[in-house]
Amino acid sequence: MEALLHQLMAGFATGGIYASLALALVMIYQATHLVNFAQGEMAMFSTYLAWSLINAGMPYWLAFVLTVAISFLIGVFIERVVIRPVESAPVLAVVTVFIALLVILNSLAGWIYTYTIKSFPSPFPPGMALGRFMSPHEVGAIGVTLVVLAALYAFFRFTPLGLAMRAAAQNPASSRLVGIRVGWMLALGWGLAAAVGAVAGMMVAPIVYLDPNMMGGILLYAFAAALLGGIDSPMGAVIGGFVVGVLENVLGAFVIGNELKLSVALVLIIGVLLVRPSGFFGKVHVTRV
Amino acid sequence: MKKNILLTAVVLGLACALPFLLSNYRTFQLTLVLVYAIALLGLNILTGYSGQISLGHGAFYALGAYCTAILMAKAGVPYWATLPVAAAVCFIAGFLFGLPALRLEGLYLALATFALGVAMPQLLKYHHLEQWTGGVQGIVIQKPDAPFGLPLNPDRWLYFFTLAVAIVMFLLARNLLRGRIGRALIAIRDQHVAAEAMGVHGALYKSAAFGVSALYTGVAGALGAIAVQFVAPDSFNIFLSLVLLVGIVVGGLASISGALYGAFFIQFIPNIADEISKAAPWAIFGVFMIGFVYLMPTGVAGAIRLLTAKRRSA
Amino acid sequence: MLLEANNLTAGYGQTRVLHGVDFAIEKGSITALLGANGAGKTTTLRALCGMVKTGGEIRFEGRRIDRAATEDIVRLGVAHVPDGRGTFLTLSVEENLRLGAYSRRDRQAVGEDLERVLGYFPVLRERRRQQAGTLSGGEQQMLAVSRGLMLKPKLMLLDEPSFGLAPLLVRELFSILRAIREREGVSMMLVEQNAAMALELADHAYLIETGRVVLQGSSKELKSNDAVRRSYLGY
Repeated sequence: MEALLHQLMAGFATGGIYASLALALVMIYQATHLVNFAQGEMAMFSTYLAWSLINAGMPYWLAFVLTVAISFLIGVFIERVVIRPVESAPVLAVVTVFIALLVILNSLAGWIYTYTIKSFPSPFPPGMALGRFMSPHEVGAIGVTLVVLAALYAFFRFTPLGLAMRAAAQNPASSRLVGIRVGWMLALGWGLAAAVGAVAGMMVAPIVYLDPNMMGGILLYAFAAALLGGIDSPMGAVIGGFVVGVLENVLGAFVIGNELKLSVALVLIIGVLLVRPSGFFGKVHVTRV
Repeated sequence: MKKNILLTAVVLGLACALPFLLSNYRTFQLTLVLVYAIALLGLNILTGYSGQISLGHGAFYALGAYCTAILMAKAGVPYWATLPVAAAVCFIAGFLFGLPALRLEGLYLALATFALGVAMPQLLKYHHLEQWTGGVQGIVIQKPDAPFGLPLNPDRWLYFFTLAVAIVMFLLARNLLRGRIGRALIAIRDQHVAAEAMGVHGALYKSAAFGVSALYTGVAGALGAIAVQFVAPDSFNIFLSLVLLVGIVVGGLASISGALYGAFFIQFIPNIADEISKAAPWAIFGVFMIGFVYLMPTGVAGAIRLLTAKRRSA
Repeated sequence: MLLEANNLTAGYGQTRVLHGVDFAIEKGSITALLGANGAGKTTTLRALCGMVKTGGEIRFEGRRIDRAATEDIVRLGVAHVPDGRGTFLTLSVEENLRLGAYSRRDRQAVGEDLERVLGYFPVLRERRRQQAGTLSGGEQQMLAVSRGLMLKPKLMLLDEPSFGLAPLLVRELFSILRAIREREGVSMMLVEQNAAMALELADHAYLIETGRVVLQGSSKELKSNDAVRRSYLGY
């Protein structure tokens, strides 16, 4: 019973990380109808940046904030410089560019930081542990995730800029007619997604250790989460993330063993796509003939 | 028409002569080019002609490779006999994976296949299957000698064997794609609602297309395993699938000759990239990829088509 | 002259739709652009907003805007109420209206303007928290016009505002447009297939056929023109 509770809690913690990454994916999907296959590598690269700063002696939280800010700028840069030229190209071309981005970032990280696994610090003191059920980092990770999600929600719901971004994602033509610079809204969306990804990366690194390939499996879970919740529903992505986190941990510990955990994601993805492609909270798309 | 036949004859002649003019290593590299060409042809059938994106075709390559390796190493089956088995297994696997694919469009299918590609190495390492798959260490196989005592060293023999298989598969593909089936696939790709209304059973064709494309890639994997003499789970990770995708983008979609151009690209550019930067060859590869998408979106085959069309009309 | 177009050409891709159109909009006036389906009316409005590739010259308050981006033209005070209404369907009515004021610098006045605009269309006030997609066609049209008003525009371009609306609603909408012109001083260009109603509302009118202006004058003149009466007014 205790073991189950522990796995549930751990699942909740990793679930928060999947939720954050899934949210980043959904944000970009909503605005562009494209899935950012490079989201994981962008998060990984940000985490390495943080590692460099911390290693150079910077206090954790300062490095955290700086990394988030720099990741935001990198996200904006990537959208404006790499993605914009192929915005209206056929899907395959865009997917190729995303893949290229994935490959470049992965390779650069490996080159600059080598493939040796590094440890990444957790900023949460031991006092934060929840008895035997949750380690301090797990508690902290959930806390940070919730703060980030709440901040994003407030931004989109209550600020004029957030409103404009939602509008631009939904109806670019009408947005131009009210003076919204749709291109920059897209760039902003990418920036935010990159920033959220950076947070996710920094929260997950203490658990899985830092190495250039650390985000591959996590990205897969984030995809599964986003699909489960509905690829165009931010709330769905968040809920999906927590569900996937718990499922992964519980199934991995008690049913199929840790080796096949990725296959869980695979089965989940295919399952969702078969049974309910619009996810649980997404809109069902009816295509006009 | 005559020009085409002449061109093909010249290319074939060159192909046959090359192994005698180049070192064994280069011959081996050319064999791999042929292997990739077959794999890319498979992916092109799916993506170029049927318009479905697969980011996980490396999984079928792996399936074919492991079929061959297991049959050769554990059951002593001769290398050439493993090919039909690999083909059949991959066709069935592809068809089965493709069945749910009828419901998925573009990005969703890309996601599902991406998941397949990422999960494959883990599946191959699964310890319950270890006695067959050889686990993390993989399986080693012997390179076959030329039959009937032909005066060819193993590398050259393998090259000609692969070349023969490649020619057969290319011809099959050409007949398939230029005939009714090909047109049906293009109809489904471009206007699937209209195609359905005209009686083309999209579902069946799509699954069959997936099966055939998996078959091709699986046969390529089998040939690749024989050439490399080794299969291991980590050689078949997501990067393989991504490399295949890049191959058809560079070579040109919906093009049979594109498979060859793409194969040359993915075999040799990483080597060039390696020379430019020992440390981050994939980054250079990625830059090449982006360059192609920006500058030559219809691939090399498309660019050549444009050039020859211009010359003809000039 | 608030807006002048000289030798305006426009098209989509290889197809040319406008073949050199000239017109002018006087400050404080309502100008109608009439013509059959496919004549180029919507294209004209799109050209004014920089939404299609144009040739020729467009001047707004003396400044050339034919090469400008839509977002910049909007900031000069041109509100476009598009055909199909362009409603932000999943956002609320109030959010739609606030978006109309997005580009304005005077944030303080937006709140007041919101109330005033809702005063013209009380049915929207009732529905202000509702999702815009749940509104009826007529209500969405009113929302689209209100959104345009929230810009505090100098010129409002309306593309087929009567489309899909019952005649009674059209009459109501047009009388509100008249009131808006009186009280706010907004100039308007109205594209309409419903020539009769348009000529009631407008001061001047232009008739477009296959991308060219074939007739222009005051609405009184056009109403009494035989060709117009037969082809467009039905009597």
